[in-house]
Amino acid sequence: MKQNKERGTGSLLRPLKTIGFVLRKPQTLRYPFEPKEPAPRYRGFHLNDWEKCTGCGNCAEICPNQAINMVEIAEIQPQPGMKNERPQLDYGRCCFCGLCVDICPAGSLRLSRDYFHIHFDPKTFVFVPQDDKTDHEHFYPIEEYSIFKASLTHRRQDYEGFGPDLNFALFDPQRVPMNEVEPDKRVLSFVEQVLGYDRQEARAEASRCLECKLCEEACPAHMKISDYIKAIYEDQPAEALREIFEDNPIPSICGRICMKHCEKACSLSIRGEPLAIRWLKRFVADSITDYQVALDQKTAEPSGKKVAVIGAGPSGLSVAYFLSLKGHKVVVFDSLPGGGGTLRVGPPPYRLPLEAIDKDVDYIASLGVEFRFNTTVGKDVLFEDILKGYDAVFVGVGTGVSRSTKVTNSDRAHLALPFLEQSKLGTPVKVGKEVIVIGGGNVAIDVARVALRLQHIQYPNEAVVTKIVSLEDWDEMPATKEEIEDAKAEGIRFNPGWGPKEIKVADGKVQGLLCMKVKAVFDETGRFNPTFYEDELMFLEGDMVIEAIGQGADFSFIPQQILEKLEFTPWGKVKVDENGMTTIPGIFAGGDIVNLNLDAVTAIADAKVAAEGIDKWLRRKTT
Amino acid sequence: MNGTSGNKTSGSSRELELYFGPQHLGMVGNFSITLKVEGDRILEARANPGFLHRGFEKLMEYRTWIQNFPMVCRINVIESGSMEMIYSMAVESLAQIEVPERAHYVRSIYLELCRVSSHLFGLWAYSNMLGFDTVAQWAMYHRDLILDLLEELTGGRVYNIFIWPGGVRRDFPKGFEDRIVETLHTIGSCVPDYNTAFFDNRIFYERSKGIGRITQQEAKELGATGQTLRATGLKFDIRKVAPYAAYDKVEWDVPVREDGDAYSRILVIRDEMIESVHMIFKLLEAMPQGPVYNRIPNPFKWKIPPGDTYVRCESSRGELGLYLVSDGGERPYRVHFRTPSYTNGLILLEKLLQGASIADVGNIMISLYVVAPEIDR
Repeated sequence: MKQNKERGTGSLLRPLKTIGFVLRKPQTLRYPFEPKEPAPRYRGFHLNDWEKCTGCGNCAEICPNQAINMVEIAEIQPQPGMKNERPQLDYGRCCFCGLCVDICPAGSLRLSRDYFHIHFDPKTFVFVPQDDKTDHEHFYPIEEYSIFKASLTHRRQDYEGFGPDLNFALFDPQRVPMNEVEPDKRVLSFVEQVLGYDRQEARAEASRCLECKLCEEACPAHMKISDYIKAIYEDQPAEALREIFEDNPIPSICGRICMKHCEKACSLSIRGEPLAIRWLKRFVADSITDYQVALDQKTAEPSGKKVAVIGAGPSGLSVAYFLSLKGHKVVVFDSLPGGGGTLRVGPPPYRLPLEAIDKDVDYIASLGVEFRFNTTVGKDVLFEDILKGYDAVFVGVGTGVSRSTKVTNSDRAHLALPFLEQSKLGTPVKVGKEVIVIGGGNVAIDVARVALRLQHIQYPNEAVVTKIVSLEDWDEMPATKEEIEDAKAEGIRFNPGWGPKEIKVADGKVQGLLCMKVKAVFDETGRFNPTFYEDELMFLEGDMVIEAIGQGADFSFIPQQILEKLEFTPWGKVKVDENGMTTIPGIFAGGDIVNLNLDAVTAIADAKVAAEGIDKWLRRKTT
Repeated sequence: MNGTSGNKTSGSSRELELYFGPQHLGMVGNFSITLKVEGDRILEARANPGFLHRGFEKLMEYRTWIQNFPMVCRINVIESGSMEMIYSMAVESLAQIEVPERAHYVRSIYLELCRVSSHLFGLWAYSNMLGFDTVAQWAMYHRDLILDLLEELTGGRVYNIFIWPGGVRRDFPKGFEDRIVETLHTIGSCVPDYNTAFFDNRIFYERSKGIGRITQQEAKELGATGQTLRATGLKFDIRKVAPYAAYDKVEWDVPVREDGDAYSRILVIRDEMIESVHMIFKLLEAMPQGPVYNRIPNPFKWKIPPGDTYVRCESSRGELGLYLVSDGGERPYRVHFRTPSYTNGLILLEKLLQGASIADVGNIMISLYVVAPEIDR
């Protein structure tokens, strides 16, 4: 085409050349007989998979037009990590931008290709979307679908439009990687495996939090997680510590060994890695050298009441903390030389060093709590005397006695807790070169990993091996995935699905463990009741066997006449009321002897309840 | 006049004040002009915006950085691409976000598709206003084909919300390149028809030649950009003078005309469309593989360091500018747009209408390519 020559000077009749178009086939569609098919990415009405949706409310939060409200759905049962709320759309406000789709951590919210809704009632434009998975009434297969009826109540099945794509999501599915000591280095000593986040890494990790607070509902202690994560993101660790101490006085301990119910509920975990809530808590505790300065807590006016706490584990420490803030005098008794209870002996130093425990305990002591360590109740001081001398008693003794398998020659086996305690607090046990650990829980893995380290220390540059035998198969093993992976990386050999039959002894020396194949670990009612194939046997060679099959509580310090009045639940737990009080007035309980979770954060939750209950109890008596 | 009212004014008894728009066929949307006429000569014209004022610049101060994306594209209804682009550019420059190489190409191709669709819309407006209904329908139909492409790429037909800080929102769907080529060939094959029916048409020539003429000097002084400036012979295009996206990665030319009248402006629009199509083909060929999006920070915690920036890009109407200020918070502190229709539709229009005939009001206005929502932000 010649650009600069003006050609519009031709004949007026020239445009008539285009008259030929009359004979051509029209290019436009004769709608609705020839329907316009929207593109596969079309942004039409919403679809929501109610089974995947967690009700986190991020869609409502990001919506620029406030078109989304979270409404409670009566038929959905809330559970940890899932609220009973679902998004409700107002199509008078929605602009179909799809921000809600890109922020949805579950990937449940999508847009469909439906775009028709004509109705005389404006209320029908406010709508709680579902998809054809849960709504069978309003979605029609293509044969039954008619464009003439198309509306929010007459939609097509399998008509996905703009959908979630993890590569373009508005949240970051990946964690800031945690620095750890490499497996081949860490097995040579008890050095702490996880190195912790530095300030920058912690801020980057904290910035991933979407503030949906699903975690707070899942946390037994209902910690204000999103608030302290936000404080970390805003580079104010002291503020974060204050938020943490509202519900949890042992962040240095919990920041290392918490069972992190929160991370299981984290909405980011559905399609990515959960926020590293535990490591962030640890960062706060580690980055503040002096809690006293940062927290600046004042205890209330002395009430003149005295409370005895038996056991300096998580529940005992927490009760002591909460009560001393309320002005009560608290004395904590424990048989160990320091605080922490089972956590002092159980988790090996590579997971929980003693300094980390003492940091929390020292702070609680600084509030005026009196600790009487190396004092065994029932021996050094009598339980009856405590009852007489104090206005209330809290029992948080935990489950400190290891159980035995009671198989043939099980008296030749070591027990988990004494083994761990000696390794951590006393002289390490002389281990064998081929150690067999019985058990599939976290304690069993702790035992195996400690044994492996001791082997490397006691037999440098020699061939050593540690094996684990567990009744449970890979998928039902109670130990956490992380622990199993770490143990595997260190070279521990697992034998899942085998039960102990006999410890073989010859010439007074342990030769190994005879195992039988497990048929089922649980019976039909779901109770622990293992059955075996008696004829399918396996022999594991080894010169040392350690049993780590669970712990029980020891109430022998309580005199018989008092113990008789103490009621237990059908699960063998101490029965407490909504104030944490046992069936004996004035005696409260919490922790592993009360709950079934058997972890630190649930013990703290028990302690919070009990502390409130004790406070109420003490004040009621005065009036 | 259709939909207008007249009344006598002071001064000469032959002067009349006429309201032209907003209810008028020759009007470019929700906009009006108050004309002082004597006979059918215009003595004075006063642009009268405000019918479409939505307060976007203020609203944006109340929404988070990411929530503003569904909004910016509404400032220019006809071409959402350049609005998304300029806001992304400003945010990227303030927050120092890098954009992957391929994303630059995807952005350029998308922006050029938007430009062609916008020009076809302009062609519809102009030909429709002159009474060329057939050509107007062709242009509308061809614009729809581009909207189909945009729908396939972005999920939306008009408000695409596709360019984001850090890149674009989705990559090309499978086989999309082929469909771009196919659609552009379909439209390109109709260029001779367009020429025959419209651009080479004597009626078009007579109705637009010499209408709304402006010299290069005047255009510069009054802040005109885009086709209005290029139709006066100045090769000025932001894509050339300050390249962004992938505009410096391929060879292309800036079409110009010398006369500065409505005829030249419309022909520049046609030549630009053709140039854009050629550019898309070159970009498709040169486009590398790779990611198209660098993840932006969590939108609920996204704060941009304090600072201000002015960025500019070439929209289909001319130079589009954005002054964006952050005070370090989760929302913009101040947003101000410099839109090409503002200078063209208010300042230039008032000047060009002086002495023009009433019958040429729509002609001049549409040839200036005014889009009312750009004026009322």
